[in-house]
Amino acid sequence: MPEGLLCNKTPVDTVEQLQALLADKSGKQYYDEMLQLEVDVPALWATLQKTLKSRLRTWLSLCAHCGMCADSCFFYLANDRDPSQVPSYKIQATLGEMVRRKGRVDNAFMRDAMDAAYSKCTCCNRCALYCPFGIDTGVMFSYLRGLLFSQGFVPWEMKIGSGMHRIYRAQMDVTSEDWVETCSWMCDEYQEDWPGLEFPVDKPDADIIYTVNAREVKHYPEDLADAAVLFHLAGENWTVPSKGWEETSLAMFAGDWAGCKQQVEEVYAAMERLKPKRMVVTECGHAYRATVIEGPYWAGRKSGKTPIDSFHYVEWVAEALRTGKLKIDPAKKIKEPVTYQDSCNYIRNGGLREYAREIMGYIAEDFREMQPCGEHNFCCGGGGGLNGIGRYREQRNIGLKVKRDQILATGAKLVVTPCHNCWDAVRDLEEHFHIGIRWSFLKPLLLKMVIVPEHLRPEE
Amino acid sequence: MYAFVTGPLAWIAFTVFFVGLIVRAVWYVRGLDWRLDRVSYGVNAGYGLRGALRSIVRWLIPYGTHSWRFYSGYTAIIFIFHIGLLLTPVFLLAHNLLLEERWGVRLPALSEAMADTLTVAVLIAAVAILLRRFALPEVRILTKCYDILVLLIAVTPFWTGFLAYHQVGPYRFWLIAHILAGELLLVAIPLTKLSHFLLFFLSRAQIGMDFGIKRGGMKSKGMQW
Repeated sequence: MPEGLLCNKTPVDTVEQLQALLADKSGKQYYDEMLQLEVDVPALWATLQKTLKSRLRTWLSLCAHCGMCADSCFFYLANDRDPSQVPSYKIQATLGEMVRRKGRVDNAFMRDAMDAAYSKCTCCNRCALYCPFGIDTGVMFSYLRGLLFSQGFVPWEMKIGSGMHRIYRAQMDVTSEDWVETCSWMCDEYQEDWPGLEFPVDKPDADIIYTVNAREVKHYPEDLADAAVLFHLAGENWTVPSKGWEETSLAMFAGDWAGCKQQVEEVYAAMERLKPKRMVVTECGHAYRATVIEGPYWAGRKSGKTPIDSFHYVEWVAEALRTGKLKIDPAKKIKEPVTYQDSCNYIRNGGLREYAREIMGYIAEDFREMQPCGEHNFCCGGGGGLNGIGRYREQRNIGLKVKRDQILATGAKLVVTPCHNCWDAVRDLEEHFHIGIRWSFLKPLLLKMVIVPEHLRPEE
Repeated sequence: MYAFVTGPLAWIAFTVFFVGLIVRAVWYVRGLDWRLDRVSYGVNAGYGLRGALRSIVRWLIPYGTHSWRFYSGYTAIIFIFHIGLLLTPVFLLAHNLLLEERWGVRLPALSEAMADTLTVAVLIAAVAILLRRFALPEVRILTKCYDILVLLIAVTPFWTGFLAYHQVGPYRFWLIAHILAGELLLVAIPLTKLSHFLLFFLSRAQIGMDFGIKRGGMKSKGMQW
C-alpha cells in the first residue's frame, strides 16, 4: 500500500478528509498506515536539488563538528547531555544523510526523520547563536519538516492542523461566523461593566486592526474581551476583520508551505481591504512569527514586510504605557517576585526583548530575569507545535525540565507568558512537576492594575 | 625536486587556492535566494549590512559573543590556533625572503622566537582540539575521519617546517615535505571544509543579514551575539 487512506501525500483540503482524520482517535490508523507509506524518491531528490541552495548546502557541508551547539539545545541538556541530542548530530543524521543519499531513503528513515524533526527540535533557533559559522539547525529542521510534509510523513495533529488552515483559514475549525459571533457575544457580556465598549468588526480606516489566535475564540473568549477593554481604555480607534482575523499557522509547524501562504494571504487581504494604519496581534509568538516575520516571504512580498506595519501585542502595550494611554496604579503593581518567559518567536527571532523589559518596568516591583534570558533564553519546551503532538508527549515533558529549573532559580512564583505556546508549556510543567507556580498573559494582569479614567467607569 | 615543488607545483597550488576561493564566493553569493532563504537581501540592504558586519565582527573578537564566553577554554584554543595558523606563514622571515627574491616585495617579518612560539602554539592547540574530539562525548559523536584529516592537513606545514628550520633530521627531506604540505593546504582550503577560511565570513554575513533584516534587526539594536 503506497498511500494510506488517512496517511498519504495529499494535504487536507476538504471537510470530509478532515473529518475522517479526526475520527481516527489519536491517529491510530494514521500511524499504522504510515508504516507502509512509500517514499517518492524522484520527487524528494528533485525538491532537494531545487531548494537546497547556498545557505543550507553550506551549513550542512561546512559544519566543523566542534560540538559548540550542544549546550545551546535544551533537549540535549534535558536528556542528561545525550550526545544524540546534539543539534549538529540530529540534523546530519536526518537532512544531511538524506542529501548524501540523494534522496534515496526508505520508509523507516523517513519515520525516524519525522520523529527527530518534530520531537527533538522545536525550531527555537537558539543553536544559531552558538555556532561560530552561524549554522541555524532550527531553520534546517523547519526545511526538513517541509520535505517530510510533502512526502506524507507528518504527525497526525500537524496534518489536521494544516488542513484546518486550508479549509477554515483558522486552526481548531473556527469559522468566520463563529468568530464574528464570539466578538458580538463578548461585547454584550462586557458592556455592562464597561459602558461604551465596542467590538468593531470590519470598520474601515481604523488606527489598529487586531488579529488573534483561533483558540482564544474557541477556548478563551475572555481574552478577546480583555483586549477590547484595554483598547477601549486606551482610547484606540480599532477594529477586527471578519475574515483574515487568524494569525496562527499550524501549517508552519507542519511544514505545509502552500498552506502557510494561503493563511497569511487571507490576513494581508484584510489589511488591504480595511486599510487600517497598523496591525496588532495578540499575545502569541508563532502567530507573529508566521504572519509578520515569515509570512511576507511565503506570500512572495519582495519587501519582506506585511502590507501595513505590524506589531506584536507587547509592542502595543509598551507604547500604551510609555505614552500614558494606559496608566498603571502604582499601588496595584505586582509586588511579588515575577519572571518573564521570553518567547523564541518574537524575542530571539523578532528582536522585541526591550519591549518586554519596558513593560515589566511599569508593572512589576520585583522583576527577575531568567538566566539566560532575552535572545538567549531557552525555549519553553513546547514550541514548534510540540505541545500539540500526542505521539511526543513524553519527549516534550522531559524537555520541560530546563524551563522548570530556570523558573525555580529566579525564586518567582509568577511567570508572565505573553505567548500561547509558552503559556501552555508553563501550565503543563506545573501540572507535571508541581513546583507551585502561576502563569499569566499580560492582559489580565494589566486589567487588574490599570487606572480607569473617570468617564469610562460604570455608573454605581 | 626543489625547483619543481617551488616552481610549477607552487603555481598550481596558488592558482587552485585563488581561483577556488573566487569560485566558492561567486557560487555562494549567487546561490542566495530571497525567496528560499526568506530574507529580503536586496530591499533592506542597509539593515543587512549592519547585521552582517555585527555578526562578523563580534565573532572575530575573542570572548566577544555569548558562545565564546560560554566555552571559554575551547575559545582560547581556537583563537590561538587560528591566529598562529594565519600569521605564521604570512609573516615568516624565510617566506618573505623567498617572496623578495622572486617578486621583489616583502612583508615585515616575525622574529625567530615569535615564529617558533606561534608554531608550537598551533601544534599544541591542534593536539588539544584532537584530544577534545575524543574526550567529549558530544564532540566524539560528530567526529568523522574527514575532520581529523583536515586538521592534519592544516598543521602538517607547521611541524614539517619546524623540523626543517631547526634542521632536525634530513633538512632537504623536511624542506620538500614542508613545501608539499603547504601546497596541499593551499589546494585543500577551497576544496574541503577548510573553505571556512572564506565561508566563515560569508556564512556569518548571511545569518547576520537574516537576523538584521528579518528576525528582529529592524526593531532592535541588533542581535546580541
